[in-house]
Amino acid sequence: MDILYLLIPVSIVLVFVIIGVFWWALQSGQFDNIEREGERVLKGD
Amino acid sequence: MSVTTKTGQPAVYNDSVVRWFAITSVIYGVVGMLVGVIIAAQLTWPELNMGIEWITYGRLRPLHTNAVIFAFGGSVLFATSYYVVQRTCHTPLFSNALAWFTFIGWNIVIISAVITLPMGLTQSKEYAELIWPVDLLIAVVWVAYAIVFFGTVGIRKVKHIYVANWFFGAYIIAVALLHIFNNIQLPTSLTHSYSAYAGVQDAMMQWWYGHNAVGFFLTAAFLGMMYYFIPKQAERPVYSYRLSIVHFWALIFTYMWAGPHHLHYTALPDWTQSVGMVFSLILLAPSWGGMINGIMTLSGAWHKLRDDPILRFLIVSLSFYGMSTFEGPMMSIKTVNALSHYTDWTVGHVHSGALGWVGLVSMGSLYYLIPRLFGQKKMYSVPAIELHFWIATIGIVLYIAAMWIAGVMQGLMWRSVNPDGSLTYTFVESVKATFPFYVIRLLGGLLYLSGMVVMLWNVVMTARQGRAINAPVVAVNPAHA
Repeated sequence: MDILYLLIPVSIVLVFVIIGVFWWALQSGQFDNIEREGERVLKGD
Repeated sequence: MSVTTKTGQPAVYNDSVVRWFAITSVIYGVVGMLVGVIIAAQLTWPELNMGIEWITYGRLRPLHTNAVIFAFGGSVLFATSYYVVQRTCHTPLFSNALAWFTFIGWNIVIISAVITLPMGLTQSKEYAELIWPVDLLIAVVWVAYAIVFFGTVGIRKVKHIYVANWFFGAYIIAVALLHIFNNIQLPTSLTHSYSAYAGVQDAMMQWWYGHNAVGFFLTAAFLGMMYYFIPKQAERPVYSYRLSIVHFWALIFTYMWAGPHHLHYTALPDWTQSVGMVFSLILLAPSWGGMINGIMTLSGAWHKLRDDPILRFLIVSLSFYGMSTFEGPMMSIKTVNALSHYTDWTVGHVHSGALGWVGLVSMGSLYYLIPRLFGQKKMYSVPAIELHFWIATIGIVLYIAAMWIAGVMQGLMWRSVNPDGSLTYTFVESVKATFPFYVIRLLGGLLYLSGMVVMLWNVVMTARQGRAINAPVVAVNPAHA
């Protein structure tokens, strides 16, 4: 199953990228006061 | 309040490219579903290929799947993601030139598929049949798509990135990754190539791609649509914005590992199959998170379902999503799979997701979108939307019920043995027993196609009645920036 030497590292790198993006979202305040964000989409665009 | 450009003109959203993708998606929907009906008829009466090689089942089947998934589904996704990202970021697209490039490029891909697949030019990978030059074009178009989408997110006027954009963003990145790795090929001529992987290695790569294409192309992206169009049509905020974020991250962390369930009882090592099964079962939770969140958005406004056929499209699509994301994990359990694998149950499962979830949510979103793209308040005919809803829903129920019964029957017939150990039924006996269900499936497919034809008529009439307008960019309320 040599293919797993490719697929598992690719998937693990991806997981770390996702963790990185999640960390960015957390630090940059994407999740502050989130319920308000659901309302905004209704207020005219 | 409107926004002006540097030259003092009022800034407008790029709705032209959205309009083109939306209109072509409806046309491709009719064509793709028509090819589906033709091959359903060929399975029932094989003589219908009339001995012409270009219209044999083996060549038309990939044409059907590519047409409905990538031509219809893909165009709906381009249209809605461009529309949603502009509205929720309060800014026009990052690059109009690149957006038009994606439209032209994507349509060249579709035309290439229409030419090459009936000619029998294929790299023999399910849902990745297109030959290597077309694959290269897809990769280039996709990079342009990513630049337009993430560029637009990058120049957004609000700090928060709306949840729909997270789903669209994840789909764009994941599809790029899957497409590139699964299509690494060694070309031997302009139309032929060999996969870089061999045997079971290739199968594992193929289903890593295949299942995640379902997960990101047909699920995450359409959930992005759901998170914009259901709140807009219902005029209610998402039931729990918090849940939408939690299930987004849960979904993208777990989806990548479920692919091996397509290879149960094959040469794939047993433990790999079991890992695939376990992750498939885990996926039930984030999938249902989205389904519950979407449906509950209507809490306190259930009465709207009574007289709003668009909302009915959207909510029923979520019911089918919930149903097929329950059925999927169940079918990934190895003992269940021993019965269901290679039978028409799988075909029924796919179509409950494709016709029920992807199809209905696309149609509902397009019915919201198209009048707005032509400066209208609603579609030309609301009763026609109602009619479409009912014939599509009845069509789906006939289709999947027929395939469930056929699939379980086939599985039971194939595994049945006499006391002396010989098989009770020959294969052809199971084919014969399936005939009535193929007829019912064909009828279901015909109904679903008729609904799409009604939609095309309604769309054409709406476009003729209105005129193409690009909506002005809405400034952000400072209190909410």
